[in-house]
Amino acid sequence: MNNLLLLPILIPLFTAVILIFLNRFTVASRWVSVLSLLSTVFVSVLLFQKVRTDGIQTLNLGNWEAPFGITLVSDMLSALLVLTTSVIAFACCLYSFRAIGEEREKFYYYSILQFLIVGINGAFTTGDIFNLFVFFEVMLMSSYVLLVLGGTKAQLRESVKYILVNIISSSLFVITVAYLYSVVGTLNMAHISTRIAEVGQPGILTVIAVLFLIVFGLKGAIFPLYFWLPGSYYAPPAPVLALFGALLTKVGVYSIMRTYTLFFPHDPGYTHELLGVLAVITIIVGIIGALAYWDIKKIIIYNIIVAVGVILFGVSVNTTESLTGAIFYLIHDMLIKAALFLLVGVVIAITGTSNLKKISGLIKNYPLLGWMFLLSALALAGIPPLSGFVGKLLIIKSGFEAEAYWGAGIVLMSSLLVLFSVMKIFINGFWGIHRTYEKEEKAPVSWLLISPAILVIISVLYGVGAELVYPYILEAAETLTNPSTYINAVMKE
Amino acid sequence: MRTNDLILQTVTKVILFIILLFSIHLFFAGHYYPGGGFIGGLMTAGALVLLLLAFDMKTVANILPVNYRIMTAIGLLFSIGTGAGSLLFNVPFLTHAFNDVYLPILGKTSLHTAVLFDIGVYLVVIGVTMTIIQTIGEDE
Repeated sequence: MNNLLLLPILIPLFTAVILIFLNRFTVASRWVSVLSLLSTVFVSVLLFQKVRTDGIQTLNLGNWEAPFGITLVSDMLSALLVLTTSVIAFACCLYSFRAIGEEREKFYYYSILQFLIVGINGAFTTGDIFNLFVFFEVMLMSSYVLLVLGGTKAQLRESVKYILVNIISSSLFVITVAYLYSVVGTLNMAHISTRIAEVGQPGILTVIAVLFLIVFGLKGAIFPLYFWLPGSYYAPPAPVLALFGALLTKVGVYSIMRTYTLFFPHDPGYTHELLGVLAVITIIVGIIGALAYWDIKKIIIYNIIVAVGVILFGVSVNTTESLTGAIFYLIHDMLIKAALFLLVGVVIAITGTSNLKKISGLIKNYPLLGWMFLLSALALAGIPPLSGFVGKLLIIKSGFEAEAYWGAGIVLMSSLLVLFSVMKIFINGFWGIHRTYEKEEKAPVSWLLISPAILVIISVLYGVGAELVYPYILEAAETLTNPSTYINAVMKE
Repeated sequence: MRTNDLILQTVTKVILFIILLFSIHLFFAGHYYPGGGFIGGLMTAGALVLLLLAFDMKTVANILPVNYRIMTAIGLLFSIGTGAGSLLFNVPFLTHAFNDVYLPILGKTSLHTAVLFDIGVYLVVIGVTMTIIQTIGEDE
């Protein structure tokens, strides 16, 4: 029993409520919000320390014993993801001060942002499949509000699509959970895992595995189910986009990772093969999108899809090494996507457009912005020693070892094309003839650069210090490939 | 043209209190029998909606000058506070406690922290329902 692992959920929840009262006082709500996120980061670090020294932490809510009540479980993977989420939320909140506009702030922006973090941290921490659904809903409800807040025409149009897609996938989620419950008779994730291991995953459970893939695939944007993403993510302003791009799809990816290693590792010939094929097609589709557009937002948005494909390919290979790579890349991608979207937001704040053909020569007046963009672009593509490299290396290496030549080859090729797609932004947008822009004077550039700077620095350290981080990531991956440690921690056998 | 809603208004004035009382009954019954904060809150909200139907929004706002968003927040605070209270006693979140206490008029009564949690739920349900209804109503 340890209430510490609840705090990254409880602090934002409590703050969200406080912020409803503070709604009229914009300045106060800004600082309350950012301080609460800072303390969330702090408790996440403490939690990480605790998991590092004492192993997996569990908490049975309401003191109901494990398979019957709701259990929160914090293993290395979830502790790392909660920490990353809190850091990104902190950066985005700081960025929002000067980027989101008073209009939105008055409509409970900061409160909803906290609710979003409640949902995401909760989804990463929970050890109960139905509770996972509940936290998904908390996260989605908040994302609906964040998406529609501001009420521009594009936002309203995309919100309708986004809500429709997610309501369908949520109901499918409940149906799938009910299906699973009727087969194994439990909702506790560790308990489900033991029950499935006892019956050896017959056909019906493989069907459920595929249903889960559809549900989480819709949230995580894998190949046939990614169609809603480019449009919906294009609509909201930069800080919201950064939160969505860095965190929301990753919750889907995390859920696939968790269910496919904990519940369904018994028939990899079917389930993981399917996941692998879809992941590779996802990469290809994402690359095509990223190369085709001349819009900086769209290019980075399509890069989300590429990253989802790369991570899931790592999951589908399903060895300790490939999962280490996948987790390493997952955390890297969360950090660097948030940084990139925030930088894109700065570019849009300066130029007033996201059309690459109307932007050029930015590096002359904004050298810091330019270099930071270059650094994160290189990190995104996985140039050593930056953070994308280690993850991709591990994924590709384990892919070749598992004789998945095609997949690993495509991941390898995709890095080059990703590099090309972001370099296109750098070359066209930052080099070239210097131009002046109408709104240039008003853009609070130096403030806006703080948050991406924090993220880029963390990401660089994460890449350079890979040797130091590696043992923890390895531990996270070992818990995934060897579910018995997770099960023992929850069931206390 | 004004619709003649004399019957509705007269009936509402009487029925309103019956519904409210019954909703409170449901709320307290919820501890051992069917009922509870959610259904009690919904029924109270139902009574308020009836009031809105019989009269207009302005009159109701005069009778009950309540900001329902704040009400929701207070409700959430109650529920989270009850849950978080268990942190002070170093037991898992949401652990409840109860005790039999002798009260002056009521006699021996079982007091339970779950009631505090339920009051939160009750307020949140009323707050959210009324916010939704009012928002839809304002559009017309």
